[in-house]
Amino acid sequence: MEWMALGTLEEIPARGGRYVETPLGEIAVLRNENDEVFAVSNQCPHRGGPLSEGFVSGKLVFCPLHNWQIDLEKGEAVAPDSGCVKRFPIRMEGEQIWLGLQEITP
Amino acid sequence: MHTTVSQNPRLVVVGNGMAGIRAVEELLKMAPDLYDISVFGAEPHPNYNRILLTPVLAGEMALEETILNPLEWYAEHGIQLFTGNPVTRIDRVKRLVISADGKATHYDRLLLATGAAAAMAPVPGNHLPGVMSYRDMADVEALTRSSALGGQAVVIGGGLLGLEVAHGLRARGMEVTVIHRRAWPLDKQLDQRGGVLLQKAMEARGVRFLLGKETAEILGSAHVTGLRFSDGTEIPADVLVMTIGIKPRIELAQAAGLQCETGILVNDTLQTYDPRIYAVGECVQHRGQTYGLVAPLFEQAKVAANHLAEYGRMRYQGSVTSTKLKVTGIELFSAGNFMGGEDCEEVTLLDGSQGVYKKVILQENKVVGGLLYGDTSIGPWLFQLMRDGTDVSAFRDNIVFGETHLGDAGHSGENQAARLPDNAEICGCNGVAKGSIVKAIREQGLFTLDDVRKCTKASASCGSCTGLVEQLLASTLGGFYDSTPKKKALCGCTELSHQEVRDAIVKEKLLSVRQVYAYLEWRHPAGCATCRPAVNYYVRTAWPMEGLDDPQSRFINERAHANIQKDGTYSVIPRIYGGVTSPAELKRIAEVAERHHVPMVKFTGGQRLDLLGVKKEDLPKIWAELDMPSGHAYGKALRTVKSCVGSEFCRFGVQDSTRLAIELEKNLERMWAPHKVKLAASGCPRNCAESTIKDMGIIGVDSGWEIYVGGNGGMKVRAADLLCKVKTHEEVLEMAKAFLQMYREDAQYLERTAPWVERIGLEKIKATIVDDANTRKTLAERMDFALSQEKDPWKEAVSGRLDIHAAPMRRIPA
Ligand SMILES: Cc1cc2nc3c(=O)[nH]c(=O)nc-3n(C[C@H](O)[C@H](O)[C@H](O)COP(=O)(O)OP(=O)(O)OC[C@H]3O[C@@H](n4cnc5c(N)ncnc54)[C@H](O)[C@@H]3O)c2cc1C
Ligand code: HEM
Ligand code: SF4
Ligand code: FES
Repeated sequence: MEWMALGTLEEIPARGGRYVETPLGEIAVLRNENDEVFAVSNQCPHRGGPLSEGFVSGKLVFCPLHNWQIDLEKGEAVAPDSGCVKRFPIRMEGEQIWLGLQEITP
Repeated sequence: MHTTVSQNPRLVVVGNGMAGIRAVEELLKMAPDLYDISVFGAEPHPNYNRILLTPVLAGEMALEETILNPLEWYAEHGIQLFTGNPVTRIDRVKRLVISADGKATHYDRLLLATGAAAAMAPVPGNHLPGVMSYRDMADVEALTRSSALGGQAVVIGGGLLGLEVAHGLRARGMEVTVIHRRAWPLDKQLDQRGGVLLQKAMEARGVRFLLGKETAEILGSAHVTGLRFSDGTEIPADVLVMTIGIKPRIELAQAAGLQCETGILVNDTLQTYDPRIYAVGECVQHRGQTYGLVAPLFEQAKVAANHLAEYGRMRYQGSVTSTKLKVTGIELFSAGNFMGGEDCEEVTLLDGSQGVYKKVILQENKVVGGLLYGDTSIGPWLFQLMRDGTDVSAFRDNIVFGETHLGDAGHSGENQAARLPDNAEICGCNGVAKGSIVKAIREQGLFTLDDVRKCTKASASCGSCTGLVEQLLASTLGGFYDSTPKKKALCGCTELSHQEVRDAIVKEKLLSVRQVYAYLEWRHPAGCATCRPAVNYYVRTAWPMEGLDDPQSRFINERAHANIQKDGTYSVIPRIYGGVTSPAELKRIAEVAERHHVPMVKFTGGQRLDLLGVKKEDLPKIWAELDMPSGHAYGKALRTVKSCVGSEFCRFGVQDSTRLAIELEKNLERMWAPHKVKLAASGCPRNCAESTIKDMGIIGVDSGWEIYVGGNGGMKVRAADLLCKVKTHEEVLEMAKAFLQMYREDAQYLERTAPWVERIGLEKIKATIVDDANTRKTLAERMDFALSQEKDPWKEAVSGRLDIHAAPMRRIPA
């Protein structure tokens, strides 16, 4: 497992996100209102919308293109939609955010 | 409260019920500060929804859920409310009302809305304890208490109220018998065939019927024990409910010497014979007619309020009514003359096994009445045909099947959805076909637009198919679907409506989305994609200076200040005022496009240049090199002011439309709005800039400018309405600012001007900004102030004051 330092929490707007370019493709890094951070592939399972530009609320991100809701803990679209996004591990050390470059497999 | 000396005339309302309070609400909408208002109510409650008594009795709903206007509402509007305090006398000479507590209250205008009382059969024993009426909350409370003891309930009168109370008492576990004079129940709404179907359905739910029976005497000494019919037979009863009809409450008016017959007589302005006294509701008799349903009373309330507000424009001309029965699981609709008669023709459909019966009465090829049982889906359409007096000869024989079967011969518009084939795509955004929506509604028991959005995604994105989805709900659910529910919540995060949220933001001075969510106890502390942009907009319009803009509550377009495309790239549309550019500017744009390999350069429909396919990272660079202001083509904001050549060059032109367009655009740029706003200015009535399908369109005429509003050229075309004519550019500018500011402050988020104008009415807009120079001026000033707080977002981003997070947070190389 490879952990990469991403930067600090304050670089991500709360209830929103940023994206990271990686060898595994673009990864969205999302921060919710409780300062929890999630990392998922930056491609909506619907038509590839950039999830890093979505609204984040609780465990959900709302895709900016057609408003699919993606559960960030499950890596799945919320019914009635269906589809998956890859999840990646995040570790917080103080303000510092670390991204694990290996997909979380269930 | 009463001791303060007030300048305003006093309006006293007698009757704190549905019609009276509706009139007050309508009045407050039009003239919030015209009167000091006092309301007297005989009942101890604030105004509640009488229609919902049956669900309360049946235990399907709580009493509190029926309250239409909580006590705070009265307080908020400075209304003095006296509950449990009926007015006992009116002194018309001194202009006083005397209430039960002995107090005398002066009035300048009086509104009588005393409603009606249950009629009691004039038979011996009708005053015994246990004989009840079914009219108000006290009755429901008494019935609930009695039903707790179980036993036999007898309902005299098998009309709408009788059947509802029977249903309610049955749901409370009593044995219920309905006594009716005629051979079938609900004979005022149903013919015999329909009546028999209904009777069977009610019997299946455990309600018994005794038909063709005349009550002769109510038995009992200390309490009702039973009743005897004119044929000598008797039945036992522990509770007896009398629902044989209603009687307008006119005693007060009569004693004051006002002309009454069955009800209080009023003219088309709802004025009684005393010009200071108005009357609305069930207590009223208008053109010989009394009403017992809310729809006509609400129409009356609107007209009365219009006159109380001194607008003096509307007339009430009587109402055509239709009825529905609110007994869970029984669908019934009836309107007009459903029995037919001489020179009438009938078209009927009966499916006994499915319990479906439909009958339409035609006279000279027009619908004059109808009755639908078991499947009421065509009810609204039928009622519309009836009210409009549409000639139905082209499809008369198929009329009972509804519009679906009409092909193109019928009628256009009203209900296209029902006529579409199952594979027709309803929601273009999410690719949802009609068949799947209807299926979901049926199989998953969906009831509301929100349900449909959640389960099928139809209408969950751009919302332009909302109308079609609502039609499908209406046609699939029939009578159950009520498109104007009590109150529509802003979204799933709250119970409050758009307006309530907005009011709270103004009243409590809530200055950020977070504050709003905390103060109004949002269910999800970070909201959702629906409420965040809406609430952010409401905060910004209410508090242009102090309000905190929350970029994370803006749609991506308004956060990146560019329009996101399907592949995640963006389009850049710089502002080109009025569509007038120069060779130098064009060269610069061309060079920027070339340098950055912009994949496509295109003219937009609004006469601007669009650079498409730009990566987010490149946006700030491109903005810097263009050195032009943002065109706001991505926002719920002022988009473009389209122009034609106008009098400077065009041989027909009578006014300088290009100059006006430029001035308008310069004056209004950076304006955020509930939705996108498009303007146009044409130099003569040939209207080359298509001003009549714009949110606001200006057309030059010899003597000046005509101003049109509420047009739309998108999915649902709407021709704009003429607002007014003015002479000078300055007047156009002021009017434009006033109109758009009114729209900004009043429309719901995501409501375009077209539906907004239709919702609030052109008359109101005219009254506010055309007729009233003061309001026009203050609105325009508020617009100027709001715009003075806005900066050009591209310049802000270029200078580093605004971070749109264009670059990735990090690049991790392979
Ligand atoms: C059980 C039930 C179900 C109904 N279902 C439907 C339905 O499905 N659809 C429909 O369209 N209609 C329905 N109606 C009818 C509808 O409720 C009435 O048409 C409507 O409430 C009449 O409004 P109103 O303001 O004229 O009278 P009310 O709502 O009765 O208001 C009049 C008020 O004035 C008060 N009052 C009277 N005299 C005085 C006085 N001297 N001083 C002070 N206060 C006074 C009364 O106590 C009452 O509170 C139903 C009615 C009932 C009872
Ligand atoms: C989310 C949906 C939409 C977006 C983001 C969008 C975006 C845009 C943009 C960026 C422009 C150019 C603005 C300009 O002229 O400066 C434009 C123009 C236009 N759009 Fe759309 N549009 C949308 C939906 C629609 C729909 C559904 C229709 C009609 C079916 C429509 C009709 C038009 C027309 C007629 C114009 C040019 C007319 C004018 O600007 O006066 N748009 N739109
Ligand atoms: S609208 Fe009138 S003035 Fe303008 S270009 Fe057309 S014809 Fe000429
Ligand atoms: S791409 Fe995300 S909802 Fe369509």
